[in-house]
Amino acid sequence: MIQISGFGTVLLFIVGGIGFLMITLLVGKLLRPNNPTTEKQTTYESGEEPSGTAWGQFNVRFYIVALIFLLFEAELIFLFPWATVFGDEQLIAESDGLWAQFSMIETFIFIGILLVGLAYVWSKGMLEWVRPKPKASDFKSRIPESAYKDFK
Amino acid sequence: MISFAFYLAFLLIFVVFAVYAERKTAAFIQNRLGPMEVGPKGILQTVADLLKMLQKEDIRASAVDIIPYLLAPFIVFAAVFTGFAVLPVNADLSGSTITSGVFFLLAIVSLDVLGILMAGWASNNKYSLYGAMRSVAQIISYEVPLGLSVLCVIIISGTLDLHQMSVLQSGGILSWYIISHPVLIIPFFIFFISGLAESNRTPFDLPESESELIGGYHTEYSGFRWGIFMLSEYGMMLLLSILASILFFGGWNSPMEKIANGPIWSTFWLLSKSLLLIFVQMWVRWTLPRLRVDQLMSLSWKYLTPISIVMLFVCALWKLWLIG
Repeated sequence: MIQISGFGTVLLFIVGGIGFLMITLLVGKLLRPNNPTTEKQTTYESGEEPSGTAWGQFNVRFYIVALIFLLFEAELIFLFPWATVFGDEQLIAESDGLWAQFSMIETFIFIGILLVGLAYVWSKGMLEWVRPKPKASDFKSRIPESAYKDFK
Repeated sequence: MISFAFYLAFLLIFVVFAVYAERKTAAFIQNRLGPMEVGPKGILQTVADLLKMLQKEDIRASAVDIIPYLLAPFIVFAAVFTGFAVLPVNADLSGSTITSGVFFLLAIVSLDVLGILMAGWASNNKYSLYGAMRSVAQIISYEVPLGLSVLCVIIISGTLDLHQMSVLQSGGILSWYIISHPVLIIPFFIFFISGLAESNRTPFDLPESESELIGGYHTEYSGFRWGIFMLSEYGMMLLLSILASILFFGGWNSPMEKIANGPIWSTFWLLSKSLLLIFVQMWVRWTLPRLRVDQLMSLSWKYLTPISIVMLFVCALWKLWLIG
């Protein structure tokens, strides 16, 4: 029995998974017909002739979601090591129980800062899919509108 | 090496029967019979579908960007399948021994977003691009509550290794985390809901809502290349169900402390717990209607994320109280 290291197994899963797909596609290649025509090779657009290309501009909303995601994913990465050592009995015994309390308070402050970030994004209306229209100010100036026209 | 052979074989057998089970579940929920023709009670229906899929012509539209188009299915499948590397198979077989265990799993599985985006963009099809964009936004939004609910379990267990986590839960049903630590009940539900969204299952199947987007990001794929995406989706379901049964339901531990403990029994317990969760996923699929896109985003960011952060606080306090 050959011994493989931990990441060796991971590599085996990656290579083996891709290899399995390759073999299956190769078997499929022997079985399937291949006679492409121009009609078959047009892009599907509900039976219509496709108009233009799909590679255009896209809603900026997805970009904002990705930004918020990055913020929280970075939080998660920092929390994983904390979670594993948080209840470490040896560290707690060496510090008379202060380790757990201290590291917990630290982490709570860290998460708290990120929660403020979430509250900010929320209050700005970035989490609404249909973004609310900015409210116009109801301030009325005493200077008449016509004054601006004369002003040059 | 054994875990690789086991999980590859099990994944394939699972997909064949899960597709059949899904159609039968749907049929019984809708009070009809489902597939009945191929084999006894239609049990060979998926095998027939598979053979048909292998013989289908591989149609590639001339407008596609060919390199990412061909690469995308491989990335999606490899990302999902590599997640299985760190799962234990039974009490004696721990899978990959890397210490970052579940953290590695979450990291590698989130790479499938890359493949989905590549597939949608390279297809040069409007439906594909919309589907891919929606899918990516959905998967990354639900990754945050998913990660936070996994974190709750890690605070309790203090280890990232999934095999070690199962060992900690040995000793009958009362030692399973969801029962011995009742604070984990809410994180389990958050995990389950986010898991549905991660694997693009109904009620979160907006990326491939066939009534609006034809097929979503895999509209332009045909034959077995399309099959790879389906394989990955079912693989994701299986992966998250096995993960849920390890994190919350004791993994390969038998519900009775002294009875049914050998290697074959422990594999049986792990898989039967996971398959039960998969049945619940199918049940949910045929019971609940699809969410709207704005409801989807607000569910993730306004409900699940704040609740899971609060649960993180609660779990930390609970652990502090336990170690006293």
